[in-house]
Amino acid sequence: MGRYVARRLLQMIPVFLGTVTIIFFMTRMLPGDPAAAMWGDKAADPAQLAAFKHARGLDLSKWQQYLHYMGDLFTGDFGLTMNNRKVIDVIGEALPVTIRLALLAFVFELVVGIGIGLFAGLRRGKAFDKSTLVLTLLLISIPVPVLGFVFQNVFAIQLGWVTPTVQSSTNLGQLILPAVVLGSISLAYVARLTRTSIAENLKADYMRTAVAKGLPRRKVIGTHLLRNSIIPVITFLGTDLGALMGGAIVTEGIFNVQGVGNSLYHAIGRSEGATVSGFVVVLVLVFLFASLLVDLLYAVLDPRIRYA
Amino acid sequence: MPDMIEKSAPAGEDAIPAQRGGAVAEAKAEKPRSLGLDAWHDLRKRPVFIISAVLIVVLVLFAIAPGLFTSVDPRAGDLSKHYLSKPNYLHLFQADWFGYDGQGRSIYARMIYGARASMVVGICVTAGVTIVGGLLGMAAGYYGGWVDTIISRFTDMAFGIPLLLGALVILNAFQVRTVWSVVFALVVLGWTQMTRVMRGSVITVKQSDYVTAAKALGAGTGRIMFKHILPNAIAPVIVVATIALGGYIAAEATLSFLGIGLQDPTISWGIDINSAQKVIRQAPFVLFFPAGMLSVTVLAFIMLGDAVRDALDPKLR
Repeated sequence: MGRYVARRLLQMIPVFLGTVTIIFFMTRMLPGDPAAAMWGDKAADPAQLAAFKHARGLDLSKWQQYLHYMGDLFTGDFGLTMNNRKVIDVIGEALPVTIRLALLAFVFELVVGIGIGLFAGLRRGKAFDKSTLVLTLLLISIPVPVLGFVFQNVFAIQLGWVTPTVQSSTNLGQLILPAVVLGSISLAYVARLTRTSIAENLKADYMRTAVAKGLPRRKVIGTHLLRNSIIPVITFLGTDLGALMGGAIVTEGIFNVQGVGNSLYHAIGRSEGATVSGFVVVLVLVFLFASLLVDLLYAVLDPRIRYA
Repeated sequence: MPDMIEKSAPAGEDAIPAQRGGAVAEAKAEKPRSLGLDAWHDLRKRPVFIISAVLIVVLVLFAIAPGLFTSVDPRAGDLSKHYLSKPNYLHLFQADWFGYDGQGRSIYARMIYGARASMVVGICVTAGVTIVGGLLGMAAGYYGGWVDTIISRFTDMAFGIPLLLGALVILNAFQVRTVWSVVFALVVLGWTQMTRVMRGSVITVKQSDYVTAAKALGAGTGRIMFKHILPNAIAPVIVVATIALGGYIAAEATLSFLGIGLQDPTISWGIDINSAQKVIRQAPFVLFFPAGMLSVTVLAFIMLGDAVRDALDPKLR
């Protein structure tokens, strides 16, 4: 186990470096000069502009900038934004908000999705199963902006259950609606995956044995069926955690959540290369560790899987 | 979609639709049906496939010849007819059928004309991603060794970049964004999934006896790859591509919604959803119709993908 984790961590290094390299050059090729944009509508004073660029190392070639950036990254220095804030501070402000939002969405899709999928799979072909299939298909095909506006209009403006936008990002009650919107499409996938897996495993020999030896129904379903059916769902949830953190651009915009998605969207608009690549570095790390966690969970759930 | 399946069928397929019934049984006796032909026979009987195919045909007609469905100019704004003049649901196929948007443009006409951008993006991105990803995946799966290592590691790196985020960065580099810049951005970010699917599929097929037989008979690499491996490895790729097509249409709409995808004067449901949000409280129908069209389009492709998967992979049934 320990050796397996060590090997996986080592394999992550080239992937991490590669992704950071790709994103560095993508963001540094953004058009427009963010340094000159600091003078607003006025033409920048050439001497001041040159001094600023020199101080920031922006006058170096792209390759030199890249080497400096990577060197700084390993000492934990993510660079500065154009208005002299540390990128790490900007990330530190936005990340906790997004983590709260993503975790809420994650718990929502995990609990509700597996619950619905379990009931539908156990009653395959019945009315509940059929309506689950139709409703999840509809949910998958509704794009996030549409779903966001519909939910905001119905639950916040017409019914008045929640506030339409998030005023305080530490208030979990206000984060519930955006979390539901964020998690709903994945919820549909989780429900469908669970349903298929449960329906398949219902016919397995170990299920017949478990019923035949007189185990109570709760135990047959909880210990034997669910545990064996959950692996494909875990695979999906693992990749989804990363997607929830980075893919919240639309949801955070609609509900005014000051998280990673919102900060990234504005940073891209202002061509702030350092800020964008800083956020992406963090997101890629989350993504890589989530997939490692998933592989380790396989071994916990299915003792036949052993990592040497 | 049906085209691709038909093409992979043997030459005998022409005879079958022409003389159905008894002739089908005869054809069966002469020649075993290929997977593609079998799937096509299976698909024709499925209601899900028929519904989604009809929807897609209508949407393609909207995209090719919008003038057939409305004579109204979708870009002509008449501020005397803005969103407060309610839609007239009895005026079928007329300019005010679904009312007017915030700038007095006919929502019905914009719904019809918006299909073109979505269809072009969906189909071109899927084609691009399938070609790029398919070739890379085939090379990785067939050659193995260092070719596989390089392609797979590069795929891993590109896979870590979220689609929406990467597309925002790429599209921000374009001053004027057309349908083709959106297609470019989505292909650049989307090929990784296809590469992985194709690689896995090719590795499985490569070990078959008929590939060994073809090698023993002295077939060249190109012949083995395209005549023997590709037709047998393509099924999972077709399935993933069909389902992904709906996703790319949704991605285009989301990017246009964020103001970083298509721009006026291109008509896109995503742009219309964005402009509808300002009037959503007074006139929800301004949002409802483009959003509904978008959802129906995505739904049609996801349903088609589901049906094709069931037909091509009987194990999943």
